[in-house]
Amino acid sequence: MRKNIFRLVLLLTAFAMLLAACKPAATETATGGGTAATESTSGGGAATEAAPEEFVFGMLLVGPYNDRGWSQAHYEAGLYVEENLPGARMIYLDRVNPADRPGTTPAQLAEELVAQGARLIIFNSDDMKDSSIEFAQAHPDIFVIMASGDQVWAEGNAYIPIDNMVNIMGRMEYGKMMAGCAAALTTQTGQIGYLGPLINDETRRLAASAYLGARYCWSEYLGNDPAALQFKVTWIGFWFNIPGVTADPTQVADDFFNTGYDVVISGIDTTEALTEASRLRAAGEQVWAIPYDFIGACEGADDVCLGVPYFNWGPAYLATIQSAVNGTWTSNFQWNGPDWADINNPDTSAVGFIPGPALSDEAVAFLDQFIGELAGGLNLWTGPLNLQDGTVYLADGEVATDQQIWYLPQLLEGMQGQSVSGE
Amino acid sequence: MNRSPHTPSRKRIDWITPLFQLAALLLALLFTTLMLLAVGAPPLQAYLNILKGAFSNVNSVANMLVVWAPLLLTTVGVLITFSAGLWNIGVEGQVTLGAIFTTWVLRLLQESALPPWLIILLAMLAGMLGGAVWAALAGALKTFGGVNEIFGGLGLNFVATALTLWLIFGPWKRPGTGSMSGTLPFPETLWLPTLSGLRLSPWSLALALLALAAVYLLLRGTRFGLRLKAVGKNMRAAYLLGIPTWQHMMASFLLCGLLAGLAGALQVTAVYHRLIPSISSGYGFLGLLVAMLVNYQAIWAAPVALFFAALNIGSIQLPIVLRLDSSLAGVLQGLLVLFVLLVEGARQQIMKRLRPPDESVPVEERT
Repeated sequence: MRKNIFRLVLLLTAFAMLLAACKPAATETATGGGTAATESTSGGGAATEAAPEEFVFGMLLVGPYNDRGWSQAHYEAGLYVEENLPGARMIYLDRVNPADRPGTTPAQLAEELVAQGARLIIFNSDDMKDSSIEFAQAHPDIFVIMASGDQVWAEGNAYIPIDNMVNIMGRMEYGKMMAGCAAALTTQTGQIGYLGPLINDETRRLAASAYLGARYCWSEYLGNDPAALQFKVTWIGFWFNIPGVTADPTQVADDFFNTGYDVVISGIDTTEALTEASRLRAAGEQVWAIPYDFIGACEGADDVCLGVPYFNWGPAYLATIQSAVNGTWTSNFQWNGPDWADINNPDTSAVGFIPGPALSDEAVAFLDQFIGELAGGLNLWTGPLNLQDGTVYLADGEVATDQQIWYLPQLLEGMQGQSVSGE
Repeated sequence: MNRSPHTPSRKRIDWITPLFQLAALLLALLFTTLMLLAVGAPPLQAYLNILKGAFSNVNSVANMLVVWAPLLLTTVGVLITFSAGLWNIGVEGQVTLGAIFTTWVLRLLQESALPPWLIILLAMLAGMLGGAVWAALAGALKTFGGVNEIFGGLGLNFVATALTLWLIFGPWKRPGTGSMSGTLPFPETLWLPTLSGLRLSPWSLALALLALAAVYLLLRGTRFGLRLKAVGKNMRAAYLLGIPTWQHMMASFLLCGLLAGLAGALQVTAVYHRLIPSISSGYGFLGLLVAMLVNYQAIWAAPVALFFAALNIGSIQLPIVLRLDSSLAGVLQGLLVLFVLLVEGARQQIMKRLRPPDESVPVEERT
């Protein structure tokens, strides 16, 4: 009898999983998508003749399209392009990673999108770096956008000329500076925790940016001693929690909060820091958190969310896809910053920061002042700055080049935490 | 009047089993269909798209076989440990270690003057060794440490994944930025040759089929296989009959590890050409599912693993064409296993009632 109950439970679990899995993934009706796809498979040439203005672009998303993080930001940018470019139609494939799709490679999946009529493919993650090169070189007639990569950066460390590829990345450094500033303006203990993913150049420079922003607002606006600010990075080892493999982000956030770090800035793909802050807040503790990636990430955590630095991929995707349609495409590396006239303008700004409901009015005023100074030319990547081990990174008055920032070799002096993995 | 095992009634029972399994398949499909209807998706179109995605052209069939080869290897691998009554959950980590050892040897030798075929061969042998070493650890924990192989295996799986990540972002970091994309890809000379224009390597297929045949013969036609089954059915009885039980259990771990390691080696040499964070693709766990589904019969491993591979490749079309989540394939696989277990339970109940009380029931249940 007990066995039967166990089986019933298993069955119900499967039932629930299936319900969740089958939820239609988009607002478009299934039949509409189906017919359109059948049309385009009936022959690329015929389809283009029938509807000459249609331009199908494909998107490969590393995570679920609705992850409220990195992948959703890309997915919504795709919808933005559909809205703003007449004839543009998106087809996409999410969970593109070997754990979710055994035995497949992003290059192979990109070919599936091409088979459905895509003439441009967006690879949305560092995971797909090699595959995007392989695919772009094998399909010179298909346009390729590789987000977050540096392959076609002529001044980069790993330059490969590929005519049909464009790299796009947002200057999230600014977003993280604002996050750091908001944290410094709010902390009661002078201790800020940074919940880091894995250690590489990108994650290092983002953690360092948050520190620079925090230190500036801490000392310039609040008049505190920079040395009194504690900024600690704890890397969990991956972009999200893998039980048994990574450090548990919930546990790490909890440790921060329990040891006097009252603001945690998240650098990972998931929202444990925010969730944990909410839980502790409900228990009466004065703690805050700052999520990452997606414009809507603060939703549901009004009492603890200080704001969110987010990517707005729409404008860059629109312009780049437009150039493919017009025939003005050139291979290039884009590292797009905020629109300083309005960092939250959905049509012009590649990076933004939405202040959260938990940020005090006074802090909002300082943050606005900080954003104004950045817009006016304040550059926090200016020397004197030392690396964590004390070696000189930037001499007094020296301004970091893009390469120095992109390939930041260590955390900065004044930050606690591991600089290089595998040590 | 005594009836021999080959009386008509016994034969009828033999025929009933596959009918029950068919019923399980239909139930799983029915359930999935109901789910699809419940969320307002067109079930027929969904199934058609899965079929089309898997079988519509040479390319997709080849892609399916790319999945099939390593899956078949892990499946027949765990059939050996299942025969010895062991749940080798650690097979996942054994695939990973196979991939790590293969990558290691490729990295060591890629600059050497050795001919590429020899480097690949050595790397793949190293991969098998890596899988076997990891399996031996689980086996040693079980036989000498008294650690249940499920817990030992799970622990070793975690260690294997952590080791992979550490290598990719630490010692084996690519020049420039350590990347989720894995270690630097190997030069094309060190790839297992593929059929022209396809991603499928005939070597993968050949090795998988060879392994299938070997395991089938091993379990069916050898003294070792028979003893292994004896250990699996009743360890104490086997021991009393003079079968060295722990040696047999250890041997089954090692053999499974060799095959899982080979699957990992194929992932590196034939599919990804480098070490990536989730190099095992979950083939270890999938292999366990397939093995349960085929009721531990090697002969059915090939078609059922192919069915799983087809679901995986075919379901890629779901989000593209229907904007449906493609984890549908995983759910269908899970449901299938559940229903097969359920139906098997029901079958045994029914059989028990049908038989006259004097006839003993061969117990095949392994739970």
